[in-house]
Amino acid sequence: MSTDTNTAVETKRESLFSKKNRKLLKDPLDDSNPITVQVLGICSALAITVQLQQAVIMSLSVLFVMIGGNVIISLLRNLVPDRIRIIVQLVVVASLVIIVDQVLKAFQPDISEKLSVFVGLIITNCIIMGRLEAFALGNKPGPSLLDAIGNAMGYAWILLVVSVVREIFGSGAISLPGMGQVKFLPSSWFISEGGFYENNNLMILPPMALITVGLIIWIQRSRNQALIEEN
Amino acid sequence: MAINKNGTGYTFGFAIVMVVVVGAALAATAISLKPLQQANAADKKMMDILGAIKVDAQRDNAKELFAEYVTSRVAIDASGTQVSVKQGEVNATDATDPFNINIKKDYRSHKPANGDLSWGNADDLNFPVFECQKEGETYFVVPMVGSGLWGPIWGYVALEGDMQTIYGAKFDHKTETPGLGAEIKEDFFTVKFEGKTLAEVGPTYFSVLKGGAVTNEHSVDGITGGTITSKGVDEMLNRTMGIYLKYFNNEQRAQR
Repeated sequence: MSTDTNTAVETKRESLFSKKNRKLLKDPLDDSNPITVQVLGICSALAITVQLQQAVIMSLSVLFVMIGGNVIISLLRNLVPDRIRIIVQLVVVASLVIIVDQVLKAFQPDISEKLSVFVGLIITNCIIMGRLEAFALGNKPGPSLLDAIGNAMGYAWILLVVSVVREIFGSGAISLPGMGQVKFLPSSWFISEGGFYENNNLMILPPMALITVGLIIWIQRSRNQALIEEN
Repeated sequence: MAINKNGTGYTFGFAIVMVVVVGAALAATAISLKPLQQANAADKKMMDILGAIKVDAQRDNAKELFAEYVTSRVAIDASGTQVSVKQGEVNATDATDPFNINIKKDYRSHKPANGDLSWGNADDLNFPVFECQKEGETYFVVPMVGSGLWGPIWGYVALEGDMQTIYGAKFDHKTETPGLGAEIKEDFFTVKFEGKTLAEVGPTYFSVLKGGAVTNEHSVDGITGGTITSKGVDEMLNRTMGIYLKYFNNEQRAQR
Protein backbone atom coordinates (compact mmCIF):
# COMPACT_ATOMS: atom_id res chain seq x y z
CA MET A 1 0.00 0.00 0.00
CA SER A 2 2.63 2.46 1.07
CA THR A 3 4.90 1.61 -1.81
CA ASP A 4 1.99 2.20 -4.16
CA THR A 5 1.45 5.72 -2.96
CA ASN A 6 5.18 6.39 -3.06
CA THR A 7 5.44 5.42 -6.70
CA ALA A 8 2.32 7.41 -7.44
CA VAL A 9 3.85 10.49 -5.88
CA GLU A 10 7.08 9.91 -7.73
CA THR A 11 5.45 9.54 -11.11
CA LYS A 12 3.46 12.67 -10.36
CA ARG A 13 6.58 14.56 -9.40
CA GLU A 14 8.33 13.35 -12.48
CA SER A 15 5.45 14.32 -14.70
CA LEU A 16 5.30 17.80 -13.19
CA PHE A 17 8.54 18.62 -14.94
CA SER A 18 8.06 16.43 -17.97
CA LYS A 19 8.64 17.84 -21.40
CA LYS A 20 4.96 18.51 -21.87
CA ASN A 21 4.78 20.44 -18.62
CA ARG A 22 7.90 22.44 -19.33
CA LYS A 23 6.23 23.46 -22.54
CA LEU A 24 3.32 24.81 -20.46
CA LEU A 25 5.73 27.12 -18.72
CA LYS A 26 7.82 28.08 -21.72
CA ASP A 27 5.31 28.49 -24.52
CA PRO A 28 3.44 31.50 -23.13
CA LEU A 29 6.72 33.34 -22.74
CA ASP A 30 7.31 33.29 -26.47
CA ASP A 31 5.39 31.17 -29.00
CA SER A 32 1.94 31.71 -27.54
CA ASN A 33 2.58 34.88 -25.56
CA PRO A 34 -0.75 36.24 -24.35
CA ILE A 35 0.06 39.83 -25.31
CA THR A 36 2.20 39.70 -28.41
CA VAL A 37 0.79 36.58 -30.08
CA GLN A 38 -2.75 36.23 -28.77
CA VAL A 39 -3.07 40.01 -28.34
CA LEU A 40 -5.00 39.72 -25.07
CA GLY A 41 -4.78 41.96 -22.03
CA ILE A 42 -3.66 44.86 -24.19
CA CYS A 43 -5.81 47.40 -22.36
CA SER A 44 -3.92 47.15 -19.08
CA ALA A 45 -0.59 46.69 -20.86
CA LEU A 46 -1.04 50.09 -22.50
CA ALA A 47 -2.44 51.89 -19.48
CA ILE A 48 -0.14 51.05 -16.60
CA THR A 49 3.29 50.86 -18.23
CA VAL A 50 4.27 54.49 -17.62
CA GLN A 51 6.39 53.49 -14.64
CA LEU A 52 8.20 50.26 -13.82
CA GLN A 53 6.87 50.12 -10.26
CA GLN A 54 3.29 50.07 -11.50
CA ALA A 55 4.12 47.34 -13.98
CA VAL A 56 5.80 45.25 -11.27
CA ILE A 57 2.81 45.51 -8.93
CA MET A 58 0.38 44.84 -11.77
CA SER A 59 2.38 41.79 -12.87
CA LEU A 60 2.44 40.41 -9.34
CA SER A 61 -1.31 41.01 -9.02
CA VAL A 62 -2.01 39.18 -12.27
CA LEU A 63 0.35 36.38 -11.24
CA PHE A 64 -1.53 35.95 -7.97
CA VAL A 65 -4.97 36.02 -9.59
CA MET A 66 -3.85 33.73 -12.41
CA ILE A 67 -2.34 31.11 -10.09
CA GLY A 68 -5.22 31.30 -7.62
CA GLY A 69 -7.85 31.13 -10.34
CA ASN A 70 -6.25 28.32 -12.29
CA VAL A 71 -5.58 26.14 -9.24
CA ILE A 72 -8.99 26.70 -7.64
CA ILE A 73 -10.88 26.06 -10.86
CA SER A 74 -8.72 23.02 -11.55
CA LEU A 75 -9.47 21.63 -8.08
CA LEU A 76 -13.19 22.25 -8.58
CA ARG A 77 -13.24 21.05 -12.18
CA ASN A 78 -15.18 17.87 -11.38
CA LEU A 79 -17.65 19.67 -9.15
CA VAL A 80 -18.56 22.72 -11.20
CA PRO A 81 -21.94 22.36 -12.93
CA ASP A 82 -21.48 22.92 -16.66
CA ARG A 83 -24.31 25.37 -16.97
CA ILE A 84 -22.87 27.91 -14.55
CA ARG A 85 -19.17 27.32 -15.12
CA ILE A 86 -18.49 30.76 -16.55
CA ILE A 87 -20.21 32.38 -13.58
CA VAL A 88 -18.19 30.23 -11.22
CA GLN A 89 -14.97 31.28 -12.97
CA LEU A 90 -16.04 34.88 -12.82
CA VAL A 91 -16.81 34.70 -9.10
CA VAL A 92 -13.46 33.07 -8.35
CA VAL A 93 -11.53 35.65 -10.41
CA ALA A 94 -13.53 38.57 -9.04
CA SER A 95 -12.96 37.51 -5.42
CA LEU A 96 -9.23 37.11 -6.00
CA VAL A 97 -9.09 40.53 -7.63
CA ILE A 98 -10.96 42.13 -4.74
CA ILE A 99 -8.48 40.55 -2.32
CA VAL A 100 -5.57 41.92 -4.37
CA ASP A 101 -7.20 45.35 -4.49
CA GLN A 102 -7.77 45.42 -0.72
CA VAL A 103 -4.23 44.26 0.01
CA LEU A 104 -2.75 46.91 -2.32
CA LYS A 105 -4.86 49.61 -0.68
CA ALA A 106 -3.53 48.53 2.70
CA PHE A 107 0.14 48.04 1.87
CA GLN A 108 0.89 49.97 -1.34
CA PRO A 109 -1.58 52.90 -1.22
CA ASP A 110 0.31 55.13 -3.65
CA ILE A 111 0.66 52.51 -6.34
CA SER A 112 -2.89 51.36 -5.74
CA GLU A 113 -3.97 54.93 -6.47
CA LYS A 114 -1.97 55.05 -9.69
CA LEU A 115 -3.28 51.69 -10.89
CA SER A 116 -6.79 52.93 -10.02
CA VAL A 117 -9.38 51.03 -12.02
CA PHE A 118 -6.91 48.71 -13.70
CA VAL A 119 -6.65 46.41 -10.68
CA GLY A 120 -10.40 45.94 -10.85
CA LEU A 121 -10.16 45.42 -14.59
CA ILE A 122 -7.99 42.33 -14.06
CA ILE A 123 -11.39 40.63 -13.76
CA THR A 124 -12.07 41.30 -17.40
CA ASN A 125 -8.55 40.44 -18.50
CA CYS A 126 -9.16 37.85 -21.22
CA ILE A 127 -5.90 36.07 -20.39
CA ILE A 128 -7.27 34.91 -17.06
CA MET A 129 -10.77 33.84 -18.06
CA GLY A 130 -9.25 32.34 -21.20
CA ARG A 131 -6.85 30.12 -19.27
CA LEU A 132 -9.54 29.06 -16.79
CA GLU A 133 -11.92 28.03 -19.53
CA ALA A 134 -9.34 26.57 -21.90
CA PHE A 135 -6.95 24.91 -19.49
CA ALA A 136 -7.86 24.69 -15.82
CA LEU A 137 -11.31 23.18 -16.43
CA GLY A 138 -9.75 20.18 -18.16
CA ASN A 139 -6.46 19.64 -16.34
CA LYS A 140 -5.06 18.67 -12.97
CA PRO A 141 -3.92 21.33 -10.46
CA GLY A 142 -0.20 20.69 -11.09
CA PRO A 143 -0.18 21.45 -14.81
CA SER A 144 -2.73 24.22 -14.21
CA LEU A 145 -0.30 25.86 -11.79
CA LEU A 146 2.47 25.72 -14.39
CA ASP A 147 0.13 27.03 -17.07
CA ALA A 148 -0.84 29.92 -14.78
CA ILE A 149 2.78 30.80 -13.98
CA GLY A 150 3.72 30.58 -17.65
CA ASN A 151 0.93 32.82 -18.86
CA ALA A 152 1.29 35.34 -16.06
CA MET A 153 5.03 35.57 -16.72
CA GLY A 154 4.37 35.90 -20.44
CA TYR A 155 2.14 38.87 -19.61
CA ALA A 156 4.59 40.22 -17.05
CA TRP A 157 7.76 40.32 -19.12
CA ILE A 158 6.09 42.32 -21.87
CA LEU A 159 4.75 44.75 -19.27
CA LEU A 160 8.16 45.10 -17.65
CA VAL A 161 10.01 45.65 -20.92
CA VAL A 162 7.47 48.20 -22.16
CA SER A 163 7.48 50.09 -18.86
CA VAL A 164 11.28 50.16 -18.63
CA VAL A 165 11.49 51.60 -22.15
CA ARG A 166 8.75 54.13 -21.47
CA GLU A 167 10.07 55.24 -18.12
CA ILE A 168 13.67 55.65 -19.26
CA PHE A 169 12.81 57.69 -22.32
CA GLY A 170 9.70 59.39 -20.94
CA SER A 171 10.86 60.33 -17.44
CA GLY A 172 14.62 59.69 -17.47
CA ALA A 173 14.12 57.50 -14.43
CA ILE A 174 13.53 54.02 -13.12
CA SER A 175 11.23 53.18 -10.25
CA LEU A 176 10.72 50.10 -8.13
CA PRO A 177 8.03 49.50 -5.51
CA GLY A 178 9.22 50.63 -2.10
CA MET A 179 12.16 52.55 -3.51
CA GLY A 180 10.40 55.34 -5.34
CA GLN A 181 11.56 56.84 -8.60
CA VAL A 182 15.28 57.22 -9.18
CA LYS A 183 16.19 59.86 -11.74
CA PHE A 184 19.57 58.87 -13.13
CA LEU A 185 20.15 61.76 -15.54
CA PRO A 186 21.88 64.78 -13.98
CA SER A 187 19.40 67.66 -13.88
CA SER A 188 21.97 69.95 -15.57
CA TRP A 189 21.45 67.97 -18.78
CA PHE A 190 17.90 69.18 -19.22
CA ILE A 191 17.04 72.10 -21.49
CA SER A 192 15.12 73.75 -18.67
CA GLU A 193 18.39 73.85 -16.70
CA GLY A 194 20.45 75.01 -19.66
CA GLY A 195 21.42 71.56 -20.94
CA PHE A 196 20.66 69.73 -24.16
CA TYR A 197 18.28 66.96 -23.17
CA GLU A 198 14.51 66.79 -23.00
CA ASN A 199 12.33 63.88 -21.90
CA ASN A 200 10.18 62.49 -24.66
CA ASN A 201 6.66 63.30 -23.52
CA LEU A 202 5.17 61.09 -26.21
CA MET A 203 6.60 58.12 -24.32
CA ILE A 204 4.33 58.83 -21.36
CA LEU A 205 1.22 58.84 -23.54
CA PRO A 206 -0.66 55.60 -24.31
CA PRO A 207 0.08 55.53 -28.08
CA MET A 208 3.76 54.95 -27.39
CA ALA A 209 2.91 51.85 -25.37
CA LEU A 210 1.13 50.46 -28.38
CA ILE A 211 4.10 51.27 -30.59
CA THR A 212 6.52 49.67 -28.12
CA VAL A 213 4.39 46.51 -27.99
CA GLY A 214 4.34 46.63 -31.79
CA LEU A 215 8.13 46.76 -31.89
CA ILE A 216 8.34 43.73 -29.58
CA ILE A 217 5.94 41.86 -31.87
CA TRP A 218 8.08 42.84 -34.87
CA ILE A 219 11.30 41.60 -33.27
CA GLN A 220 9.62 38.43 -32.08
CA ARG A 221 8.20 37.59 -35.50
CA SER A 222 11.37 38.28 -37.39
CA ARG A 223 13.16 35.89 -35.01
CA ASN A 224 10.44 33.27 -35.17
CA GLN A 225 9.04 33.11 -38.71
CA ALA A 226 6.58 30.38 -37.71
CA LEU A 227 4.46 33.01 -35.97
CA ILE A 228 3.73 34.88 -39.18
CA GLU A 229 0.27 34.00 -40.49
CA GLU A 230 -0.14 33.25 -44.17
CA ASN A 231 -2.56 35.42 -46.03
CA MET B 1 -25.43 7.30 -5.18
CA ALA B 2 -24.30 9.25 -8.17
CA ILE B 3 -25.01 12.95 -8.16
CA ASN B 4 -26.45 14.48 -11.29
CA LYS B 5 -23.98 17.30 -11.86
CA ASN B 6 -26.27 19.07 -14.28
CA GLY B 7 -29.41 18.83 -12.19
CA THR B 8 -31.08 22.04 -11.11
CA GLY B 9 -30.81 21.17 -7.42
CA TYR B 10 -27.09 20.52 -7.63
CA THR B 11 -26.51 23.71 -9.62
CA PHE B 12 -28.38 25.79 -7.05
CA GLY B 13 -26.65 24.05 -4.18
CA PHE B 14 -23.24 24.66 -5.73
CA ALA B 15 -24.02 28.32 -6.34
CA ILE B 16 -25.24 28.85 -2.79
CA VAL B 17 -22.24 27.15 -1.18
CA MET B 18 -19.88 29.07 -3.44
CA VAL B 19 -21.43 32.44 -2.63
CA VAL B 20 -21.34 31.77 1.11
CA VAL B 21 -17.69 30.67 1.04
CA VAL B 22 -16.59 33.55 -1.18
CA GLY B 23 -18.62 36.07 0.81
CA ALA B 24 -17.06 34.94 4.08
CA ALA B 25 -13.54 35.05 2.64
CA LEU B 26 -13.98 38.55 1.23
CA ALA B 27 -15.60 39.87 4.38
CA ALA B 28 -12.74 38.50 6.46
CA THR B 29 -10.16 40.13 4.16
CA ALA B 30 -11.95 43.47 4.17
CA ILE B 31 -12.37 43.57 7.94
CA SER B 32 -8.81 42.53 8.71
CA LEU B 33 -7.31 45.12 6.34
CA LYS B 34 -9.62 47.98 7.24
CA PRO B 35 -7.48 49.58 10.01
CA LEU B 36 -4.48 49.76 7.68
CA GLN B 37 -6.54 51.24 4.87
CA GLN B 38 -8.06 53.85 7.16
CA ALA B 39 -4.62 54.83 8.42
CA ASN B 40 -3.50 55.20 4.80
CA ALA B 41 -6.50 57.36 3.97
CA ALA B 42 -5.86 59.57 7.02
CA ASP B 43 -2.21 59.98 6.00
CA LYS B 44 -3.28 60.94 2.51
CA LYS B 45 -5.72 63.50 3.87
CA MET B 46 -2.97 65.03 6.03
CA MET B 47 -0.66 65.16 3.01
CA ASP B 48 -3.32 66.97 1.00
CA ILE B 49 -4.04 69.49 3.76
CA LEU B 50 -0.32 70.15 4.19
CA GLY B 51 0.02 70.39 0.41
CA ALA B 52 -2.47 73.27 0.39
CA ILE B 53 -0.15 75.28 2.68
CA LYS B 54 2.80 74.15 0.53
CA VAL B 55 4.35 71.77 3.01
CA ASP B 56 5.64 68.75 1.16
CA ALA B 57 4.74 65.73 3.28
CA GLN B 58 5.32 62.06 2.59
CA ARG B 59 3.38 59.15 4.00
CA ASP B 60 5.99 58.42 6.65
CA ASN B 61 6.17 61.95 8.07
CA ALA B 62 2.62 63.19 7.42
CA LYS B 63 1.53 62.70 11.03
CA GLU B 64 4.43 64.63 12.57
CA LEU B 65 4.19 67.49 10.07
CA PHE B 66 0.44 67.66 10.53
CA ALA B 67 0.87 67.95 14.29
CA GLU B 68 3.53 70.60 13.74
CA TYR B 69 1.65 72.89 11.37
CA VAL B 70 -2.06 72.37 12.03
CA THR B 71 -2.84 74.12 15.28
CA SER B 72 -6.56 73.49 15.60
CA ARG B 73 -9.35 71.72 13.83
CA VAL B 74 -12.69 73.49 13.81
CA ALA B 75 -16.09 72.13 12.84
CA ILE B 76 -18.73 74.60 11.64
CA ASP B 77 -22.35 74.09 10.67
CA ALA B 78 -24.03 75.24 7.47
CA SER B 79 -24.82 78.69 8.89
CA GLY B 80 -21.14 79.32 9.61
CA THR B 81 -21.35 78.91 13.37
CA GLN B 82 -18.53 77.13 15.12
CA VAL B 83 -19.65 73.80 16.55
CA SER B 84 -16.52 72.28 18.03
CA VAL B 85 -12.77 72.73 18.21
CA LYS B 86 -10.12 70.06 18.63
CA GLN B 87 -6.43 70.41 19.22
CA GLY B 88 -3.58 68.00 19.62
CA GLU B 89 -3.33 64.50 18.27
CA VAL B 90 -5.77 63.31 15.63
CA ASN B 91 -7.92 60.44 16.84
CA ALA B 92 -9.04 58.42 13.86
CA THR B 93 -11.86 56.75 15.76
CA ASP B 94 -13.32 59.85 17.41
CA ALA B 95 -16.38 60.87 15.40
CA THR B 96 -16.46 64.32 17.01
CA ASP B 97 -12.99 65.15 15.71
CA PRO B 98 -13.42 67.61 12.82
CA PHE B 99 -10.61 65.75 11.04
CA ASN B 100 -12.94 62.79 10.65
CA ILE B 101 -15.76 64.72 8.98
CA ASN B 102 -16.12 63.07 5.61
CA ILE B 103 -17.42 65.77 3.32
CA LYS B 104 -17.15 63.47 0.30
CA LYS B 105 -19.69 61.18 1.91
CA ASP B 106 -21.86 64.14 2.98
CA TYR B 107 -21.73 65.46 -0.57
CA ARG B 108 -22.94 62.14 -1.94
CA SER B 109 -25.92 62.05 0.42
CA HIS B 110 -26.76 65.76 0.02
CA LYS B 111 -25.96 66.16 -3.64
CA PRO B 112 -27.20 69.53 -4.91
CA ALA B 113 -28.77 69.86 -8.34
CA ASN B 114 -26.41 70.54 -11.24
CA GLY B 115 -25.47 74.22 -11.35
CA ASP B 116 -26.91 74.84 -7.90
CA LEU B 117 -24.31 76.82 -6.00
CA SER B 118 -25.63 76.08 -2.54
CA TRP B 119 -25.46 72.87 -0.58
CA GLY B 120 -29.01 71.59 -0.94
CA ASN B 121 -30.12 70.83 2.62
CA ALA B 122 -26.89 71.12 4.52
CA ASP B 123 -28.49 72.06 7.84
CA ASP B 124 -27.55 68.79 9.49
CA LEU B 125 -23.98 68.79 8.17
CA ASN B 126 -20.73 69.96 9.70
CA PHE B 127 -17.78 71.30 7.75
CA PRO B 128 -14.16 71.18 8.94
CA VAL B 129 -11.69 74.08 8.92
CA PHE B 130 -8.01 73.48 9.60
CA GLU B 131 -6.16 76.35 11.21
CA CYS B 132 -2.46 76.22 10.43
CA GLN B 133 0.62 78.10 11.55
CA LYS B 134 3.52 78.28 9.15
CA GLU B 135 6.48 80.60 9.63
CA GLY B 136 4.49 82.84 11.96
CA GLU B 137 1.58 83.26 9.56
CA THR B 138 -1.92 81.88 10.05
CA TYR B 139 -3.60 79.94 7.27
CA PHE B 140 -7.04 78.37 7.03
CA VAL B 141 -7.35 75.19 5.01
CA VAL B 142 -10.84 74.23 3.89
CA PRO B 143 -11.77 71.02 2.12
CA MET B 144 -14.19 71.00 -0.77
CA VAL B 145 -15.89 68.46 -2.95
CA GLY B 146 -17.83 68.59 -6.19
CA SER B 147 -18.56 66.78 -9.43
CA GLY B 148 -16.33 66.59 -12.47
CA LEU B 149 -17.22 65.05 -15.80
CA TRP B 150 -17.05 61.37 -14.83
CA GLY B 151 -17.00 61.35 -11.07
CA PRO B 152 -16.22 63.22 -7.90
CA ILE B 153 -13.52 65.86 -7.66
CA TRP B 154 -12.23 67.33 -4.43
CA GLY B 155 -9.60 69.61 -3.10
CA TYR B 156 -8.16 71.69 -0.30
CA VAL B 157 -7.80 75.47 -0.49
CA ALA B 158 -5.61 77.42 1.94
CA LEU B 159 -6.60 81.00 2.70
CA GLU B 160 -4.23 83.53 4.19
CA GLY B 161 -4.81 85.27 7.52
CA ASP B 162 -7.07 87.86 5.86
CA MET B 163 -9.44 84.94 5.03
CA GLN B 164 -9.73 86.16 1.45
CA THR B 165 -6.46 85.63 -0.36
CA ILE B 166 -5.81 82.14 -1.64
CA TYR B 167 -2.43 80.92 -0.45
CA GLY B 168 -2.46 77.52 -2.07
CA ALA B 169 -4.79 74.97 -3.58
CA LYS B 170 -4.68 71.28 -4.18
CA PHE B 171 -7.21 69.41 -6.28
CA ASP B 172 -7.72 65.77 -7.02
CA HIS B 173 -10.20 63.63 -8.86
CA LYS B 174 -11.35 60.07 -9.11
CA THR B 175 -11.88 59.35 -12.79
CA GLU B 176 -11.39 62.50 -14.88
CA THR B 177 -9.96 62.09 -18.38
CA PRO B 178 -6.16 61.75 -18.33
CA GLY B 179 -4.49 64.66 -20.11
CA LEU B 180 -7.66 66.78 -20.02
CA GLY B 181 -9.81 67.05 -16.89
CA ALA B 182 -7.31 65.07 -14.86
CA GLU B 183 -4.87 67.99 -15.20
CA ILE B 184 -6.64 69.81 -12.36
CA LYS B 185 -4.34 67.99 -9.96
CA GLU B 186 -1.21 69.26 -11.70
CA ASP B 187 0.80 72.17 -10.34
CA PHE B 188 0.50 74.35 -13.46
CA PHE B 189 -3.22 74.63 -12.77
CA THR B 190 -3.12 75.05 -8.99
CA VAL B 191 -0.41 77.77 -8.98
CA LYS B 192 -2.81 80.00 -10.90
CA PHE B 193 -4.99 80.21 -7.80
CA GLU B 194 -2.22 81.49 -5.59
CA GLY B 195 -2.49 85.15 -4.67
CA LYS B 196 -5.98 85.48 -6.11
CA THR B 197 -8.74 86.66 -3.80
CA LEU B 198 -12.32 85.63 -3.16
CA ALA B 199 -14.98 88.22 -3.97
CA GLU B 200 -16.70 89.66 -0.93
CA VAL B 201 -20.22 89.15 -2.20
CA GLY B 202 -21.61 85.96 -3.67
CA PRO B 203 -22.95 83.82 -5.03
CA THR B 204 -19.92 83.84 -7.34
CA TYR B 205 -16.88 84.24 -5.16
CA PHE B 206 -14.43 82.88 -7.66
CA SER B 207 -14.56 81.75 -11.29
CA VAL B 208 -12.72 79.24 -13.41
CA LEU B 209 -13.15 80.69 -16.89
CA LYS B 210 -13.28 79.06 -20.27
CA GLY B 211 -10.92 79.50 -23.18
CA GLY B 212 -8.38 82.27 -22.73
CA ALA B 213 -10.85 84.73 -21.22
CA VAL B 214 -9.36 87.72 -19.45
CA THR B 215 -8.88 86.80 -15.82
CA ASN B 216 -8.96 89.18 -12.89
CA GLU B 217 -8.15 88.80 -9.20
CA HIS B 218 -11.27 86.67 -8.68
CA SER B 219 -10.78 84.20 -11.53
CA VAL B 220 -8.38 81.82 -13.24
CA ASP B 221 -8.18 80.28 -16.69
CA GLY B 222 -9.70 76.80 -16.95
CA ILE B 223 -8.22 73.77 -18.69
CA THR B 224 -8.54 73.42 -22.44
CA GLY B 225 -10.45 70.27 -23.27
CA GLY B 226 -11.46 69.93 -19.65
CA THR B 227 -14.33 72.39 -19.69
CA ILE B 228 -16.74 70.34 -17.62
CA THR B 229 -14.10 69.46 -15.05
CA SER B 230 -13.04 73.13 -14.85
CA LYS B 231 -16.65 74.09 -14.38
CA GLY B 232 -16.85 71.47 -11.64
CA VAL B 233 -13.93 73.16 -9.86
CA ASP B 234 -15.70 76.50 -10.25
CA GLU B 235 -18.94 75.19 -8.79
CA MET B 236 -17.19 73.33 -6.00
CA LEU B 237 -15.27 76.45 -4.95
CA ASN B 238 -18.33 78.67 -4.91
CA ARG B 239 -20.60 76.16 -3.26
CA THR B 240 -18.18 75.37 -0.44
CA MET B 241 -16.92 78.92 -0.01
CA GLY B 242 -20.53 80.08 0.36
CA ILE B 243 -20.60 78.20 3.64
CA TYR B 244 -17.03 78.87 4.80
CA LEU B 245 -17.20 82.60 4.12
CA LYS B 246 -20.12 82.88 6.56
CA TYR B 247 -17.81 81.48 9.21
CA PHE B 248 -14.86 83.62 8.15
CA ASN B 249 -16.99 86.78 8.19
CA ASN B 250 -18.11 85.96 11.72
CA GLU B 251 -14.50 85.38 12.71
CA GLN B 252 -13.35 88.65 11.17
CA ARG B 253 -16.08 90.56 12.92
CA ALA B 254 -15.04 88.96 16.17
CA GLN B 255 -11.45 89.98 15.61
CA ARG B 256 -12.29 93.61 14.96
